[in-house]
Amino acid sequence: MTSMDMTKAVHWRKTKNRIFFGIIVILTVVCVLPLFMILGYVVYRALPGFSMGFFTRLPAPTGIPGGMANAIVGTLEIVAVASIISLPFGLGAGLFLSETRAVKIQSFIRFLTDVLSGTPSIVIGLLAYALIVAPMGNFSGFAGSIALAILMIPTIARTSEQVLRLVPVSLREAALALGATRVQVWMRVVIPTALSGILTGFLLAVSRALGETAPLLFTALGNQFWAKSFFAPMAALPLQVFVYAISPYKDWQQEAWAGALTLVLIALVLNVLARLIGRTKR
Amino acid sequence: MKRIGDKIGQTVIWMTAAVIVLLMLLFLVMLTTESGLSIQRFSWRFLVTSTWDPVHLIFGALPFLYGTVVTSVFAIIFAGIVGIPSAVFLVYVAGNRLRTWLGALIELLAAIPSVVYGLWGLFVLVPWLQNTGEPFLAKTLGFLPLFRGMPVGVGYLAAGIILSIMILPTITSLTRDILLTVPNELHEGAYALGATSYEMIRSVVLPYARTGIIGALMLALGRAFGETIAVTMVIGNRPEISGSLFSPGYTMASVIANEFTEATSQIYLSSLYEVGLVLLIFTVVFYALARLLVARMMTYRKGGASE
Repeated sequence: MTSMDMTKAVHWRKTKNRIFFGIIVILTVVCVLPLFMILGYVVYRALPGFSMGFFTRLPAPTGIPGGMANAIVGTLEIVAVASIISLPFGLGAGLFLSETRAVKIQSFIRFLTDVLSGTPSIVIGLLAYALIVAPMGNFSGFAGSIALAILMIPTIARTSEQVLRLVPVSLREAALALGATRVQVWMRVVIPTALSGILTGFLLAVSRALGETAPLLFTALGNQFWAKSFFAPMAALPLQVFVYAISPYKDWQQEAWAGALTLVLIALVLNVLARLIGRTKR
Repeated sequence: MKRIGDKIGQTVIWMTAAVIVLLMLLFLVMLTTESGLSIQRFSWRFLVTSTWDPVHLIFGALPFLYGTVVTSVFAIIFAGIVGIPSAVFLVYVAGNRLRTWLGALIELLAAIPSVVYGLWGLFVLVPWLQNTGEPFLAKTLGFLPLFRGMPVGVGYLAAGIILSIMILPTITSLTRDILLTVPNELHEGAYALGATSYEMIRSVVLPYARTGIIGALMLALGRAFGETIAVTMVIGNRPEISGSLFSPGYTMASVIANEFTEATSQIYLSSLYEVGLVLLIFTVVFYALARLLVARMMTYRKGGASE
C-alpha cells in the first residue's frame, strides 16, 4: 500500500465517522421531536376551551357548555385512596427487599415485583373487576382505587428498595450499637435518611396512576354527575377525556383537549416536583 | 416489650412481601377461573381461530394476537432505530449538561398519559396518514403487500407509530444506562489501537452491550403488548387479519377495553377474560426473559471487575 492509499483509507474512515455522527444527531432530534409536537398541539387545541367553567361545571349534553368538575374531583379521590392503600404495602415490600437477610426469598420477591410492574394495566382492571366489582354487584370509585393501588405497589416497592439500599451500613450499625431494635432502626434511621428518595418514587407512581385510563374502564366506569358515594360509579379525568375524544360532537372533543391539557399539566408538575425533591437531598 | 415490638414489625414486613406473592397468584388464579368456561368450550383452538362472533358465540383470539404482535414488532423496530442511536448520542456525544437535559426531556415523554397520546393520534396522526402518509407510502413502496389497500388512516400503521413514540423513552433511557456501564478501559483500548469513534462504538461498545440492549428492547416490547387506550383509539377496532398495514385491526388489550362492559353472555365475558390471561402470560414471559438478560449483563460486568 502506498502512502497515497493510506491517507485515502484514513480519510474514508474519518468520513464514515462523520456520517455516523451526523445520522446519530438527526435521530436524536427525531427522538425528542414528538414531545414538542404533542405538547405543542395539545396546548394549541386546548387553550380555547381552557376556562374557569371547565373546572367548575358538570358534563353537559352537546350544545350546552359543560365541564369536568366531577371528573377532576373523582380522579383526585380515586388516586388519593389508591395512594393510601399502596404506600404502606409498597414501602413495606421495599423494606423487605433491602433490609431483611433472606437473600433467596428476596430475589424471588424482587422478580415477582418486576413481573407485576410489567402487568398490562388493562389486565389489572380485569382483576379488580373480578375481585371487587363482580362480588359487590356494582362499579365503584373504590374498585378503581384498588386497581390503581395494584398498579402502584410494585413501582413504589422497587424505587424505595433502591434508595433504602443507598443508606450507609454504618448508620444502621451505629443505631444497633446504641441498642436500637431492627424496627427502630428502620423507623428512626433508615426511612428518614431515604425519605426524599422514597417520596420521589411515590410521586412518580402517583403521576403514572393519575394518567391511567385502562384500569378504570370497568372499575370506576365513569359518571356524568357527582358520584353518590365512593362505592358508586365515579367519573375520572382520563376516562372522561377518552369518552369525549371518541364522541362525534365538536364541543365534547374540545373539552377532551382541555382535559388532556389538565392531565399533562398535573403529570408535569408531579414529575418536576419529584425531580426537585430527589435532587435537594443528595 | 421492645422485643415484642420488633417481632411485630418484622412480621409486618414479611407480610407485605407475602402480599406481592398473593397478588401474583390472584392474577393467575382469578383469570384462569374466570376464563374457565371459554377454555372448556374452545380449548387450544381459541388461539388459532380467527372468528370473533358475539352473535353466534364463536370466539377465537387470533386476530387480536396478530394485531398485538404486528403493532408491537413494528413499534420495537421503529423505536429501536431511533432510540438506540439517541442513547449513543447521550452517552458519547453530549456533554454532561446536555445529557441531563435531553434525558429529562425524553423521560417527560414517558410521563404523558396514554389517553393524551391517543387523542393526538386520533386527531393529528390519523388524518395525516389518511391524506398524506399512506397515499405516499402506497405510491413509493406499494409493490410490497404491506403498503397496499385503502388509506383509511386508522389501523395497524397508526397504532404502530403511536406505540413507537410511547416506548421510545423506555428504550432510550435503558440503553443509555447500559452504555454507561461499559468500562472505560474498553474505550481507551480501542482508541489506542487507532479506532475512530464510529469503529470503537460499532466493534467494541455494541458487542459488549448487546445482551443488555436486547433485554431493554424486550422490556419495551412487553410494555407495547399491554398498551391499551392509545392503541384502542387509533387501530380501528375490527377483528380481522390483514396483510396490509393500512387496514384496521384489533389488539388483545383493546378488545378487552372496548367490549368488556358490553359483553352480555357468560361465554363472551369468559372469552374476554381468556384474552386477558393470554395477554398476561405473554407479558410475564417477556418480562422474565428481559430481566434475566439484563441481570446477566450486570453479572458480566461484576465478573469483569473482580478479575
